[in-house]
Amino acid sequence: MSLVNRLRKEFVASRIISLSSVLPLFLIFFMLFGLLFKSKPLLLSHSLHKIIFSSHWAPLKGQFGLWPFIMGTIWVTAIALILAAPVSLLVAIFLSEYARPAVRELARPMIDLLAGLPSVIYGVWGILIIVPFVGRILAPLFGTFSSGYSLLAGGIVLAIMIFPTIVHVIMEVFRAIPQAMREASLSLGATKWETVKYVLLRQGAPGILAAYVLGLSRALGETMAVLMVVGNVVQVPRSLFAGGYPLPALIANNYGEMMSIPLYDSALMLAAAILLVLVLTFNFLARSVLVRVERRLK
Amino acid sequence: MITATSLAALVLLFIVAAIVVKGVKALNWDIIFRLPKGGYYLGRGGGILNAIIGSLQLAGGATILAFFLSLPVVFYLNLFSRPGSFWPSVTRFSLDVLWGVPSIVYGAFGFLLMTILGWRASLLLGIITLASLEVPIMSRAMDEVLRLVPRELSEASFSLGATKLETAWKVVLRQALPGIITAVLIAFGRAIGDAASVLLTAGYTDNITTSLFQPVASLPLAIFFQLGTPYPEVQQRAYAAAIILTLIILFISLLARGIIRHYARHTVR
Repeated sequence: MSLVNRLRKEFVASRIISLSSVLPLFLIFFMLFGLLFKSKPLLLSHSLHKIIFSSHWAPLKGQFGLWPFIMGTIWVTAIALILAAPVSLLVAIFLSEYARPAVRELARPMIDLLAGLPSVIYGVWGILIIVPFVGRILAPLFGTFSSGYSLLAGGIVLAIMIFPTIVHVIMEVFRAIPQAMREASLSLGATKWETVKYVLLRQGAPGILAAYVLGLSRALGETMAVLMVVGNVVQVPRSLFAGGYPLPALIANNYGEMMSIPLYDSALMLAAAILLVLVLTFNFLARSVLVRVERRLK
Repeated sequence: MITATSLAALVLLFIVAAIVVKGVKALNWDIIFRLPKGGYYLGRGGGILNAIIGSLQLAGGATILAFFLSLPVVFYLNLFSRPGSFWPSVTRFSLDVLWGVPSIVYGAFGFLLMTILGWRASLLLGIITLASLEVPIMSRAMDEVLRLVPRELSEASFSLGATKLETAWKVVLRQALPGIITAVLIAFGRAIGDAASVLLTAGYTDNITTSLFQPVASLPLAIFFQLGTPYPEVQQRAYAAAIILTLIILFISLLARGIIRHYARHTVR
């Protein structure tokens, strides 16, 4: 092949390749503005404040209060985080500091696998195990009645789903902490647990927080598994054992009829836009922290 | 801590065991090799071949498309960017942020494309939506692999007079091949299990899809719809379908691991 030909190829390819580096950023903006553009008709006729804080949801009458759905999302996410946070921190500490290498090598693929299972599978499992568990055992224990399809069931399933993500990120954070720091602490006579407490947890605190935020943003947008166990009742939740209706479930359940009712599609696209903005914000914060942690420890 | 870890391991076993116990009774060759017959969702005969084939079409198409979108991005990140430029870190950062965007938002985005273009729910739209979901997963995984390729290797190639493109294509790509295949498989696994984005964009059908512009069935949705019926026989089949999906995911992740082990021998160290 002649040199001119090769250089021409190189020139074209490098243009295409450089252009492609804009693709991810472009996709983010395209999604964001697309969704906002579609929700404009609703925003023009109702104020954003009213849509978010009103709990009247009656698409046929033109009432689109998203408050029950926002509260549903907040409840299941909070339950999931409260359940998953301590367990995943302990597991990450154990696997990265205490476990023998053989155990760690066995656990790593298991955690990856847990993260890779489709959400429908978690949903099926939730219906099989968690829903009856909440309905027949937990609810009577607390002296209330519940069908089992409840915020608590959604939260438990979500907790199990975000657990591998959180463990994975915390382990990465611990791995970024130099071995010399641990050795310095041990040589001063600290026990292993004291080293974990005063060196790892302190040095890794921002990273651990970032891991939780990443888990939180996963929980915010998780759809199918939650949808299958949460009951899908439009109400502002009052109890753990009551049914709820998170934002992603709202979008997934109603996409079929949204084209036939005026402004309905706008409302659902606005719901998606709200989710996207929340997730982008949380991810942006968490990733910034993680980048800084990595840089500081290097 | 040990308690917490064994708890996690138990949960994984528990998930797989519960689904297997429930679904194994309904699992038979008919489910895998037959299309749904009339009245299937009322408990009559047939299988979910349409969903199995449909899922492979969707995830396969999306993975190919995502691969050709991701490859230039990771080449840029590792070879073509100017030294000292801040743009690679912006791109990496946006990939990380995109990685966290929930699949239902991709679904809504796909739906948006559909209304803008005036299309109907179809295989092609499902592929496009799934591909945009796969790009961040695949390119971040491929980026990690290309970063590990020794700098000297590409420098040796440059010093022999090769252009960047030739180096990328013939040296770096070959050196990183096992890792790249793994990245592709990981993304494929994510796509085949994803339901929320496909629900809004690909529709569902009881037949095997033969055109890019027809709706297409998928396994996760087959599970979801069958569980939603009030008939116990149909629900049984949902559990069987869940076993099939879990087996596919397990197979892919074992394959990905096996490839790393097997082909790692052929790379220059």
